[in-house]
Amino acid sequence: MISRALPLYVTIAIFLVAYAICYAQFPAMLSTRVIGNLLTDNAYLGIVAVGMTIVILSGGIDLSVGSVIAFSGVFIAVLLRDTGLHPIVVFALLLAVTTTFGALMGGFIHLLGMPPFIVTLAGMFLARGAAYMLTIDSVPIRHAFYDAIQSSYYLMPGKGRLTLIGVLMLLSVAAGMLLAHRTRFGASVFALGGGEATARLMGVEVGRTTVLIYAFSGFMAGLSGIVFSIYTGSGYPLATVGTELTAIAAVVIGGTLLTGGSGYVFGTLVGVLTMGLVQTYIVFDGSLSSWWTKIVIGILLLVFIVLQKLLLRLTQARLAPLGAAA
Amino acid sequence: MLLSVQSLTKTFPGTRALDGVDFELAAGEVHALLGENGAGKSTLIKCLTGAYRRDAGEIRLEGARISPRSTSEAQELGIGTVYQEVNLLPNLTVAQNLAFGREPRRFGLVDGRAMRAMARETLMGYGLDIDVGRDLGCYSVAIQQIIAIARAVALSGKVLILDEPTASLDAREVEMLFDVVRGLRDRGLGIVFVSHFLDQVFALSDRVTVLRNGQKVVTEATRDLDRVRLIEHMLGRVLEDEVVAQAAGHGAGAPIRPELLRAEGLGRRGMIEPFDLRVGVGEVIGLAGLLGSGRTESAELLFGVRAAQTGTARDADGEIDLSSPRTAIAAGFGFAPEDRKTDGIVGDLSVRENIALALQARRGWTRPMSRAEQVRLAKDYIARLDIRTSDAEKPVGQLSGGNQQKVILARWLAMNPRFLILDEPTRGIDVGAHAEILHLIRELTSGGMSILIVSSELDELIAVSDRVIVVRDRRHVAELTGAEISTETIVRAIAEEDAA
Repeated sequence: MISRALPLYVTIAIFLVAYAICYAQFPAMLSTRVIGNLLTDNAYLGIVAVGMTIVILSGGIDLSVGSVIAFSGVFIAVLLRDTGLHPIVVFALLLAVTTTFGALMGGFIHLLGMPPFIVTLAGMFLARGAAYMLTIDSVPIRHAFYDAIQSSYYLMPGKGRLTLIGVLMLLSVAAGMLLAHRTRFGASVFALGGGEATARLMGVEVGRTTVLIYAFSGFMAGLSGIVFSIYTGSGYPLATVGTELTAIAAVVIGGTLLTGGSGYVFGTLVGVLTMGLVQTYIVFDGSLSSWWTKIVIGILLLVFIVLQKLLLRLTQARLAPLGAAA
Repeated sequence: MLLSVQSLTKTFPGTRALDGVDFELAAGEVHALLGENGAGKSTLIKCLTGAYRRDAGEIRLEGARISPRSTSEAQELGIGTVYQEVNLLPNLTVAQNLAFGREPRRFGLVDGRAMRAMARETLMGYGLDIDVGRDLGCYSVAIQQIIAIARAVALSGKVLILDEPTASLDAREVEMLFDVVRGLRDRGLGIVFVSHFLDQVFALSDRVTVLRNGQKVVTEATRDLDRVRLIEHMLGRVLEDEVVAQAAGHGAGAPIRPELLRAEGLGRRGMIEPFDLRVGVGEVIGLAGLLGSGRTESAELLFGVRAAQTGTARDADGEIDLSSPRTAIAAGFGFAPEDRKTDGIVGDLSVRENIALALQARRGWTRPMSRAEQVRLAKDYIARLDIRTSDAEKPVGQLSGGNQQKVILARWLAMNPRFLILDEPTRGIDVGAHAEILHLIRELTSGGMSILIVSSELDELIAVSDRVIVVRDRRHVAELTGAEISTETIVRAIAEEDAA
């Protein structure tokens, strides 16, 4: 148990230490305002990262999500502009589209026996292209419903705003945690990540599970797209380029093994918040270039990859004497 | 009868893996299934567990005909399997592994506490008191193996197939596992036990069935069998008249041969104890022994597949470097490995390309063989070895097993080696091709080539060898020359120490 949860503890420790450092330098950072903003600014990333966590736990990868978020924003903006549909209806349509899209990718991965990397790479281009098909401009969203959502928040003590999209992100993480750790579907996801052949022998319906995993990721990408459109108030086909990679980084920093089979959804939340914290620090500092965010994320990623390799080495070393006894 | 199999037949392209095999398993017995590699053990098991579909014959479980189409269907019917490699997930907890697919749920969510309680209770039944909340990977292979058994029994509960479950366990762990198996037998399960450790077969099983070349040789109560008879059954001893005559011919005039190669103290820890080997020009040396005794390992050291840690090899000109296949090839050695499908042929390449492969490799990429040269080479060997193929451009994967073997032989013969090592050259090929390959071996040696042949087929070794070296427990234990070579002497040499 200890070895499995260690990366999670390390993630949490790094986050707390980082926060402490920020606080020592800028006491204002320990306020509900900063925390509220942290949640709001990273809501779309957190939601899509939950889907990515499930995918990575199963040993897969989903490169399409960044494009799907952009497509979602454009899809919503164009439909709201050109039709009289209510946003709720548009949301439902969109989620159906992105979920089906994910399910199709899962189906291809399973039926053709293709690596997820290639299939979702194709999905990435497809979704980005589809977004351009709808429009090449940034389309503003003007709807009373949007105004209502954007201005609805819970005022925390200390004047921090807990926005609807922030809450939605926390709910997504909670749902992801239940799904991954407390359902049979989640057990199948971990089983696939541990080894497909063995999983099959243990009775996992590999095809069905694969389709569901990517459908879930597609759903979360759609949800993230909705949140992003609320956050920015527009749809733009060039938005969120590379977000899939940021999401993967958050998952790995959150302590999930990139090769699958081990990790925690909660860790992903901490990973997302850690990345957000770095960004906030840079804003507070004012003199640092925003590229420092990337550098710190790069360093964190490296630290975690080395840590995981080390852990793997340690577990194997512990088992080796038993194997050698044969 | 709990499980009865009648005239089960399964054919693969080029091979009849199972040929009308009967097998019976009673409730409350441990039935050992024995045979060398390629005898059909794993095919039989795969037919039982639904991994393969049988071509003919029938399987009855408690009297009802069954045709499982997948392992999970077999499991539901009541046939559970535990493999040599533990087929559980090391990244899940012990409890998750045991409960996988039937987790207790509360309000739609998995109830972790109930699941752990269930797992603890199950394992208590096997005398195992461990923390079921830890990852499976934290525990030793023996414990994982018992957990795998517990899962198989919990899911199936009628027939338990143990496929080489002890291969990676030490003696104490084996005893622990056996206690568990005996407990299950007393609870009335029927247990099929596959192993090539004879001691374990005698220690655990009630009955033994021996398979050879896809056919059932014998089924007998373990207590009525002695070790020598069992080994005879496994390796075969029925000599065809022709073969006997030739063997006698060999024995008569064992000529003094000039020495080609002398290996001294070649050995590698964990593979084979240091051994000496002299090879004469034009001599055929047979390596006999049971599976896992060190016969293949000896051959691999001689070809540098694995570098020897001790010892030297020399010929008339001085020392030979056997540190890698490359240097061995340079020294004029050739090696046709045991598993031609994975180590030998390149199935998608044509007959021509497969034959030219080694020769081209030796010439290096700077001197490519012209197409015409390759065609000539291929034509030549197709005629010489009588390779049955519609043409030289057919992918080798589409040929029968015997013809694939001939293609590999052709590849090495094209190199014109002075010393050729053949590991199980007749594995899985039909009787006709079998005789042809043996004939070919004799022909080659009369041309001055020396051959080392590793085989499970005693008749084959006896038929072609001038000298037979018996390998047992990773040591070369006996050397038989000329008239000494007979099934009886070989079997005795193999069985000797085991029986003691």
